[in-house]
Amino acid sequence: MNPHLVATPAAWVALVPLLPLSGAIVLGLGGAWLQHRVGPRAVSAIACGTVAAAFLLALRALATLIGLPPDDRLLVATLWPWLEVGGLAVDVALGVDPLSAVMILVVTGVGGLIHGYAIGYMHGERGLWRFFAFLNLFTFAMLILVMAENLLLLFLGWEGVGFCSWALIGFWYREPANAVAGNKAFIVNRIGDLGFVLGLVLLFWTFADAGVPTLAFRLMEPRADVLQGAQLWGMPVATLATVLLFLGATGKSAQIPLYVWLPDAMAGPTPVSALIHAATMVTAGVYMIARLHWLFALAPFTLHLIAAVGLATAFLAATLALVETDIKKVLAYSTVSQLGYMMLAMGVGAWGAGIFHLVTHAFFKAGLFLAAGSVMHALGGEQDMRRMGGLWAALPHTAVTCLVATLAIVGTPCFAGFFSKDAILWAAFSSRYGHPLLWAGGTVVAGLTAFYMVRQFVLVFLGTSRSDADARQHLHESPAVMTVPLWILAVGAVVAGYLGVPPVLGESLGVPHVLEGWFAPLFGGHAAPAGAGESHGAHAELELGLMIASVTVAAGGALLAWLMYGARRIAPERVSDALAGLPYRVLRHRYWVDEVYAAVFVRGTVSLARVLTWVDTQVIDRLVDGAATVVRGAAVLGRSIDDWLVDPAVNAVADATWAVGRAARHVQTGAVTSYLYGVLLGMLGGVLLWWSWAAAR
Amino acid sequence: MSPTTVVFYLLAAFTVASAFGVAVSTHIVYSAFALMGTLLGVAALYVFLGADFLGAIQLLVYVGGILVLSLFAIMLTHRIADVHVSNRAVGRVPAAVVALLVFVGLVRVASRAAWVVWDRQALVPTTAAIGHAFLGRWLLPFEVASLVLLVALIGAVVLSRKEVRP
Amino acid sequence: MDGVGVQSWVILSAILFVLGLFCVLTRRNALGILMGIELVLNAASLNVVALAHYASLGRDGQLFAIFVIMLAAAEAAIGLAIVLGIYQSFETIDVDATDRLRG
Repeated sequence: MNPHLVATPAAWVALVPLLPLSGAIVLGLGGAWLQHRVGPRAVSAIACGTVAAAFLLALRALATLIGLPPDDRLLVATLWPWLEVGGLAVDVALGVDPLSAVMILVVTGVGGLIHGYAIGYMHGERGLWRFFAFLNLFTFAMLILVMAENLLLLFLGWEGVGFCSWALIGFWYREPANAVAGNKAFIVNRIGDLGFVLGLVLLFWTFADAGVPTLAFRLMEPRADVLQGAQLWGMPVATLATVLLFLGATGKSAQIPLYVWLPDAMAGPTPVSALIHAATMVTAGVYMIARLHWLFALAPFTLHLIAAVGLATAFLAATLALVETDIKKVLAYSTVSQLGYMMLAMGVGAWGAGIFHLVTHAFFKAGLFLAAGSVMHALGGEQDMRRMGGLWAALPHTAVTCLVATLAIVGTPCFAGFFSKDAILWAAFSSRYGHPLLWAGGTVVAGLTAFYMVRQFVLVFLGTSRSDADARQHLHESPAVMTVPLWILAVGAVVAGYLGVPPVLGESLGVPHVLEGWFAPLFGGHAAPAGAGESHGAHAELELGLMIASVTVAAGGALLAWLMYGARRIAPERVSDALAGLPYRVLRHRYWVDEVYAAVFVRGTVSLARVLTWVDTQVIDRLVDGAATVVRGAAVLGRSIDDWLVDPAVNAVADATWAVGRAARHVQTGAVTSYLYGVLLGMLGGVLLWWSWAAAR
Repeated sequence: MSPTTVVFYLLAAFTVASAFGVAVSTHIVYSAFALMGTLLGVAALYVFLGADFLGAIQLLVYVGGILVLSLFAIMLTHRIADVHVSNRAVGRVPAAVVALLVFVGLVRVASRAAWVVWDRQALVPTTAAIGHAFLGRWLLPFEVASLVLLVALIGAVVLSRKEVRP
Repeated sequence: MDGVGVQSWVILSAILFVLGLFCVLTRRNALGILMGIELVLNAASLNVVALAHYASLGRDGQLFAIFVIMLAAAEAAIGLAIVLGIYQSFETIDVDATDRLRG
């Protein structure tokens, strides 16, 4: 990054997240009233209006950035100082640079389309105001996440999207299973967040010890040298911090080992699945790594780890999607798999390629989810693909847009997915952090992806209908408010790819790699995949060859799916019964991952809690009671002393006084004569005494 | 035995006899009159000693005042008519023992003391001398004694008022 | 006085004193006790006057006796007032009856 970056102050960029926030506040506080008094249209209008306005502002930000010199593309809105604690001073500062500009356009653009779609999908929903309030709140949190100028504010957005995800997954909370799914998402994310926080703390600690007590990106990146040689318990701080941060990313972006929440999150309404669990929230981990790429570049070990985990996740999820029968679950596993691709990109240092795939994935995955929602809407909520089929004719818009998105995700040349996936695969092969095996694994996954996506398309839209008669009666295409976003996303699924035409293809046509040039001021200095800029020579041939190979594998997967499900040349049962049906069963049980987690972690925690409870009641409470007993004993002892020593002593004094009194009172006879005798005798006694004293002298 | 000695013994016998009457009598009025006799005897003895003023004062105050007052008190505090024994005595023996002891002691002192007897002076009227003394050297005691009498007077009045019963 | 020695006067006073003492100790009538006290006082005064006479200090002894008479008068007045008060409270002046202060 340009160390002498001149930031342009632009307070209006703060409106980008604040507009959806105001929508969330208005709808949260008065949405119920609005919905009942004015009507659902008012609620929808407010929700979509704020996001649309934010999108327009995002466009303006983009235009402004384009107008700035490439090295100084940064718009900053510093709202107010947030914390000043110890040595840490954190401002609420939002910024738009090339990376965050892309992100906010995706969030507000795709998000806006989904908001519009939701007007139709959630039509008649009683809690519509609550839905849109949370959706707006989510948009706000996501925008904070991507526009944050420091790590702490980013974490605020990170937590915010997690909360909104929980609220929206469990939106139909009256069904206990939905609430449980929401809890699972939140809790699993929490585990990742622990890693994130530890990484953040470690990072700040190291920077502060070196005299740079800050978490602001623009101040940390130039001073990354602080981490050279910094060690904690014998491990380099850079590696430790990045591993911890990556742990947070595995939670948010559903990688191994914390991906288990994403399939369950399909319990939420489909627009939620599209927005949060496809296009935006799950990409937060990828964004975070891109934002901190300079940090990750200092930890090659972590990069290898990220690449390995990403590829493994991509493979695992793809295998699970092969045998899924729920239309949304297939897409969920697909998302996990594509996120694995993005992580693979990050792991080989191809930051730009990862973000590119993030953008294209947002288009076609959102399109796929919305199309699935459209199908479910048409079939009255049916989600099982075994009861679908033959919907091509009845749902033309849905079918065509879904076809486009499917072709895109499969990596069909000329569609968006082809360009972004190819960029990742080439980087996996050729980057200095990459390896041919990584390329091979990614290509295999591409084949699997093609298989299950074509399988899904064929099962849903082609062939004869397997739905029951009642459902077939009510088949209808979705209203325009739902199909228009589908078309727009479909167009994006084609066009977005042309932002990243690799030079090997584009130079001859005069098409530049737009994104690479766009991201160059940010990523240019760090580990750009080797050979990405060349168009001829041995590298170019290799690149083209690998491209053709991966397309061929994908085509093979697609063909296999067609043969099994479309043309019915190969019976799916023969495949699933292969090898004694064991692989099929393992996949159907999802590798028993959830069961293992439950047995080990959940039961383990409960058992630990039981043990500690036992310790608490038997040991600690006994000790406390023992202390109390000691005190009681002391009290009893004190009381005995009081009863047996003190009281008798006091009583003895009183008794003695009384006895003396009783004896002495007899002097008081009341008779005058005795008093006179007393006087006389006393006087005589005195005289005698005086006599004896005088006689002695 | 000179006439003065005889007179002395006669007066002494009269006084002692009267005193005996006071100590022994069981009727209070008899005791009172015996007391009167004793006081008269003492007055005579004073005069015998040359204290003429003192004798006169003895008669005036003791007999005429105190004794009369005692008789008044007797009258006011007795239903004289029905009382036979109005001045009983109890515990005579121990009292007699004690009295005897005291007497013996006093007599021993008297007999053993080395009395220094000085030249007797002629008997002269003492009134003027006492008067001068009271208004001269012994003025303060005199005034204080007057004050005591005043206080006694007030006190006696206060003490003997009849209580007002509600 | 020829023949009458000092001792005679002292013995005479002693007899009067002892009789008065006997009276004080044995009498139950309050007025009887007061009379005994008068005897004692008189005995003491007689003694002082006699001794003063024999010591050629006649005037001083008489002054003493006059003071005694004055105080006896005061005492008699108060004492008799008290006796009257006792009579009002107890309807009797028997000192055995006035034992309300018996402890």
